[in-house]
Amino acid sequence: MVFSKKPLLFIIATLTACLSFSGFAHPVQDSVATAAAHPHEATAHAAAGAGHAEAPVLSEADQKEAERKEFIKHHLLDSHDFHLFSYGKDSGHETHVGFPLPVILWDNGLHVFMSSRFDHGHAVAESNGNYYMIGHHDGKIYKTDAAGTVTHDEKGHTTNEKPLDLSITKNVAMIVIVGLLMFLLFAGLGKSYKKNGSIAKGAGRFFEPLVLYVRDEIAIPNIGEKHYRKYMSFLLTIFFFVWFMNMFGLTPLGINVTGNIAITAALAILAYLITTFTAKKDYWTHIFWMPGVPVPMKIILAPIELLGTIIKPFSLMIRLYANMIAGHVVLMSLVALMYKADHALGSPLAFLLAFVLTILEVLVALLQAYIFTMLAALYFGSAVEEHHHEEAHH
Amino acid sequence: MEELFGQFSLGLFIMQTVLFVGLIFLLKKFAWKPILDAVNEREDGIKNALLSAENARKEMANLQADNQRILNEARAERDGMLKEAREMKEKMIADAKNEATAAGEKMIAQAKAAIEGEKNAAMADLKAQVSSLSLEIAEKLLKEELSNKEAQVKLVEKMLGDAKMN
Repeated sequence: MVFSKKPLLFIIATLTACLSFSGFAHPVQDSVATAAAHPHEATAHAAAGAGHAEAPVLSEADQKEAERKEFIKHHLLDSHDFHLFSYGKDSGHETHVGFPLPVILWDNGLHVFMSSRFDHGHAVAESNGNYYMIGHHDGKIYKTDAAGTVTHDEKGHTTNEKPLDLSITKNVAMIVIVGLLMFLLFAGLGKSYKKNGSIAKGAGRFFEPLVLYVRDEIAIPNIGEKHYRKYMSFLLTIFFFVWFMNMFGLTPLGINVTGNIAITAALAILAYLITTFTAKKDYWTHIFWMPGVPVPMKIILAPIELLGTIIKPFSLMIRLYANMIAGHVVLMSLVALMYKADHALGSPLAFLLAFVLTILEVLVALLQAYIFTMLAALYFGSAVEEHHHEEAHH
Repeated sequence: MEELFGQFSLGLFIMQTVLFVGLIFLLKKFAWKPILDAVNEREDGIKNALLSAENARKEMANLQADNQRILNEARAERDGMLKEAREMKEKMIADAKNEATAAGEKMIAQAKAAIEGEKNAAMADLKAQVSSLSLEIAEKLLKEELSNKEAQVKLVEKMLGDAKMN
């Protein structure tokens, strides 16, 4: 397998890292463009919220392009209904195919209703006397009145009050689905050992080597034979969770869970908390009173080291988020390019690029799961590391 | 950066944390623990099986060495016994020979002694008989001689002549 080839892996890692940088160039340009387009849209939506007044005055090509940008932007966001595809826009009667998801809000009391009440963001939903609407820019739920009044600040951001949104959004639904999938897969694998005389059966034959890989190549070398056991549950769960989520992100269902900052933040904070609460005395000694350096250096190093403990999980969060979102943006931009080029040579070329990039994204999906797990293991390893050389210094 | 944190949803963060921690504990109990236990058990089993196979191999080699040793010992013992038997046989034969020789010699000596004795007795007997016979002859002779005066004188004279010559 490729797994044992560490140099190869590092070359690929470097290449993909470079690729994500080059990939970043696109969204930056895009975001500038969208920022420029923002005031337009803001006014357009304000108008739409007020009651579907008139369409913005744009040429057809510009309108199409704005639509594509909007589509990509919305794909990257979480949403309150599971939208699969739409058709019939050209005929003026657009039909959305998908299913609504439950909305759970905490706003001085629990509000639970189905997201179909929002009518894909066109309607104001009423629950126990409160009115809610979906912000068109960020897909978030805002509190409003019966008429759906929206207030904006000078930058075009919605300033309405936001209730605590614990809804089963598309991302939460995917987390539950992936959780169930993982549970069925690995609980089944765990059971198959008993039935089958300690040998995995079925899909477990594929996943068992991966479990062993996480144990033998990620956990044991980074944490050490002595302490690795207590971290195995977290490492295995995070590895398969991130990998499965990344793979689901490549399906045409339009899922972007690991490319959501809240998700990666939750994962990184868990890694940080586990590192902090399982850390041994040596870990704290190395942060606050670095052994083997002069006292002034110790004082200078302490805040740097302390900051380092926060930067480490922060980099975990940003790395996964940026890689996944960059992959999605570039891939969708290339797909949009197929339509924009609208040319006998340009469109197939864009398709070829998109195809190649999809294959690369399959690799990145696994690679990012590997890197996240690997770095988490590295941080855990530093928390439980025992330095035997210290006696020599004193 | 503003865009980045504008996307951050506290609700999603809470849901993800709760669901993920739940998933970790659920999988720990129902999946990772059984899987890792089973795999560790299997690895230990393989290790033990290899170890016992190695031990069995060593034991076999020991056993074979033992067998060879016992065989060699048995062979040496057999050789020793054969040698001893041969020696004993030779000794017995030699002994028997010696004994027989001694007995033969003794018998010969006895026979010789007996023959000597018989011979002596026969000689004595013969001597007695010869003496008595000669006495009888002499008596008869004398009786006859003495009946003839002249012969008597002649005899005396002859005897005297013999005596003088001595």
